[in-house]
Amino acid sequence: MIYEFSPRAAIVFFAFVGLTLGISFYLGRRAGTSQGYFAAHGQIPWFVNGIAFAGDYLSAASFLGICGMIAFYGYDGFLYSIGYLAGWVVALFVIAEPMKRLGKFTFADCLDSRFNSRGIKCAAGLSTLAVSVFYLIPQMVGAGVLIQPLLGLPHWAGVVIVGAVVILIVVSAGMVSTTWVQFLKGSLLVIFSSVLTIAVLMRGLTVRDGGTDGYQFKTMGPVATDKLDVGQDDDAWRSLAIPLAIERDLIAAYRPHGLIPFRESNGRLSVFSIERIDDSNCMLREAQSVITTASAELLVNGLPKGMGAGQGQLHPAGYVSRLPSGESATGAIGPIQFLSTLQQSEVVRWVSVSLKHPDGAAATIYFQKPTPGSQVLRPGESSTFAGIRSERMLDKVNFLSLMLALFCGTASLPHILIRYYTVKNEAAARKSTIVGIASIGFFYVLTLFMGLGAMTSGALDITDSNMAAPMLAKSINDWLFAMISAIAFTTVLGTVSGLILASAGAVAHDLVAGVAGIRLSDRQQVRIAKLASVAVGMIAIVLGILFAKLNVNYLVGWAFSVAASANLPALVMLLFWRGTTRQGIIASVLVGMISSLCWILLSGETYSKVFGLPAENALVPFSQPGLVTIPLSFAVLIAVSLATKKSTERTS
Amino acid sequence: MKRNARLGLRFFFVYAAVYLAFVLLNAFSPETMEQTPLAGVNLAVISGLGLIVFAFVLSLIYGLMCTPDDHDGQADGRTRP
Repeated sequence: MIYEFSPRAAIVFFAFVGLTLGISFYLGRRAGTSQGYFAAHGQIPWFVNGIAFAGDYLSAASFLGICGMIAFYGYDGFLYSIGYLAGWVVALFVIAEPMKRLGKFTFADCLDSRFNSRGIKCAAGLSTLAVSVFYLIPQMVGAGVLIQPLLGLPHWAGVVIVGAVVILIVVSAGMVSTTWVQFLKGSLLVIFSSVLTIAVLMRGLTVRDGGTDGYQFKTMGPVATDKLDVGQDDDAWRSLAIPLAIERDLIAAYRPHGLIPFRESNGRLSVFSIERIDDSNCMLREAQSVITTASAELLVNGLPKGMGAGQGQLHPAGYVSRLPSGESATGAIGPIQFLSTLQQSEVVRWVSVSLKHPDGAAATIYFQKPTPGSQVLRPGESSTFAGIRSERMLDKVNFLSLMLALFCGTASLPHILIRYYTVKNEAAARKSTIVGIASIGFFYVLTLFMGLGAMTSGALDITDSNMAAPMLAKSINDWLFAMISAIAFTTVLGTVSGLILASAGAVAHDLVAGVAGIRLSDRQQVRIAKLASVAVGMIAIVLGILFAKLNVNYLVGWAFSVAASANLPALVMLLFWRGTTRQGIIASVLVGMISSLCWILLSGETYSKVFGLPAENALVPFSQPGLVTIPLSFAVLIAVSLATKKSTERTS
Repeated sequence: MKRNARLGLRFFFVYAAVYLAFVLLNAFSPETMEQTPLAGVNLAVISGLGLIVFAFVLSLIYGLMCTPDDHDGQADGRTRP
């Protein structure tokens, strides 16, 4: 789709960013000391901190990624919601109170509380940096995705704007302003998601045959299936009752994918997909195409890309094609009725396939896939989770591994952990986590309705799942679109500042002061942290531009795996096992971090999505590392602790 | 071990068991998740929403059962496992 510059959206957007910066500068004056810069003097009220947890946690991946995944694949996106929330149970019941009791500024403080070891500070500081940078990439990519429809700027501009604004926020103010920005953003996100959900329910479900731009997709048939399967030089094609000429040069490339290319009288290529309706007949449904010709010209639906006459752009899509008992619209419905009606309806999803023309042109074809609601609302429809429907044990293991990483990952994310130092005491840490669980859980319930609402809105951008939530808002009201986009953008700002702050803390407090042993005055420590923020911010900008094509939720899943493998075993064992030694912790953090990173780099998904190599050549049997690397990290900690116990006792 | 920590662990194991059951059911019996036992909504959606609500209810109960502010100012930097 082509996005137009929207003045309203721009006004709301700049008002938001202005407000955010204003708060930062105003509160920044109070953060001169390291206690103020890293931990907001421990004076944040627990309720504010709880909502700020939601602000930190509900990143671009949660809001844009999950809504988009539900809009494209249905229930599978909701599995992420469930896993992300479940992780908070670990945070509340196991980590929250000891974290506050044992630490001062960073996660490394807590791990090191019993030993005062440079090795631990170094390992924990490095793992904080690794996880933060990994988590930063999807946020930056998300920022670029958002800026396109909002301001009509290219992807890289969005990344640079976010990077610059965040560096400004973090350098000017530290944890005090970051917390208040997160509080503001967390509240607005939950409030406006509720508004959007209510709007979806008020609108109900309507049967359509096209998207919100009013274009009706053509359907031809029924046609006898065996006539479609004749050889390409057979005149039988002509006997089909189809008012278009088949493009014979391309049929060999398209037919194996269930597609048929036609050449219209004006020379335009149009593609139809074959949908079997019974054993011998099928319907032909209009597909959409994006083709890069051998001479690098971009053709959309057979025409040069553009919005004028004689130019083509992709039509928005995603709609209900049949409601139970043949109604045409439900009108306003309740949340339970919404789900049960959808369960019995049929939804037209759009799926894509990439292919090559004989002349070297690259085509991506998007085609209709009518899907019963009962399938939309069951697990295993997306490629990520399709494994649970396969007979192979390894595919199921991949799913288990991801769900384990989501469960263990939350309580090991550095930018979440540092938020425990901004409140007064353990009781406040506990209460703020409960507020966090309430607001985050409520939001995740809403993702199901927003995602399914987007799926049936007729406003879906079929090329970009990350845009599902903003486009849903646009289909309801322009101002709502402006608000939702601006909030989504501030979401990125907030999460990125939290992550950069966590990395800056790791560099200044753990690595420079702790490991290198350089004695720093309070102010010097803050200054080094600010310098580190600028450096990490720059790195994030570069990576955000480099990884522009990757799905944001997919990257976040990996950050969770690395965090869970590197940080959680050390944290849990330190709290619950007396025998844990200094060497055990260092080994566990390093082995967990390195093994999960290597596993990810050698996995089939990285091979196909990053390196462009065949997934079958991957060196590890399944893509998600958690199920192997988390237990491995525990085992290493126990083994090394047992082996080093004697020497530790002797020296002490 | 402190009372709160003991309580927290107990709650953690309850939730972990329910979560594990949910994940295993999804992985090994996705067909079960397609049944619609209540109000025409399938088990996948009911159990998913249920897990989110359950997390909230458990955390509220935990918050109410914890000893309030029992160790203010005792941050002595040592673990007592």
